[in-house]
Amino acid sequence: MRSKVVYTQSLVLPSTTEAVGQVCRVLLDQVKERGFAEDDIFGIHLSLEEALTNAVRHGNQSDPAKTVTIEVLITPEKFDISIADQGFGFNPDSLPDPRLGENLYKTEGRGVLLIRAYMDVIEYNDRGNCVHLVKYKGKQSK
Amino acid sequence: MMDQMNPNLSIEYSDGVAVAVPTDTKILDEEQIQSLEKTFMPLIEQTNGIRLLIDFSNVQFLTSSVLGLLIRINRKVLQSEGRLGLCSIDRKILEIFKITRLDKVFEIYIDRESAFKGL
Repeated sequence: MRSKVVYTQSLVLPSTTEAVGQVCRVLLDQVKERGFAEDDIFGIHLSLEEALTNAVRHGNQSDPAKTVTIEVLITPEKFDISIADQGFGFNPDSLPDPRLGENLYKTEGRGVLLIRAYMDVIEYNDRGNCVHLVKYKGKQSK
Repeated sequence: MMDQMNPNLSIEYSDGVAVAVPTDTKILDEEQIQSLEKTFMPLIEQTNGIRLLIDFSNVQFLTSSVLGLLIRINRKVLQSEGRLGLCSIDRKILEIFKITRLDKVFEIYIDRESAFKGL
């Protein structure tokens, strides 16, 4: 019975937008099956797209030879995922705030801000090439 | 008048305003964004002082890459001394604009009617 309640998966993806789209669809189906509210699903979807796109585009520089590794756990209470790329990593604390001054008019740099707004946990490994995200069902976003 | 220039976007003209309606419910991949950009940019270049309204009534999901596209469109519109408005944005998507404070950058209207009055 437990296997129907808890979904756990390890995946290795190529650095392509097609793979990002495919994995998002699979994981969101699992989230929906576990009764998450529409607003939670929206936030999880947005965070997944942003984090996976960052891994593919910024981490792996869209190099098809490089992969993105995902460890995911979905239960009726939470969505928990780690996304690792093969890039050099980055310091998330060094990112400029896209809401301030001229940054407001830049065409990039809002993904991490959005993930922080919609996820309950966002943490990086020391190298900065692996992000761990958690969303608890029904918990108000920040 | 209606001009079907792009399967991802319909363009209508009403009261001197070009109303662009993205047809996809989700805008997230690079191909979609490039396709929209290829339609928007010539449209703005061709009409000096364009009054452009993007109607989001079909759109239920978008990513930060779309915000980047809207900023590029806004730049182009301002260069041509035009005005850009956005309308009929879903509540959840409007929240993205608020989080990023882009609700302070763009003219956002509840619906087409109020946009026509404001633009």
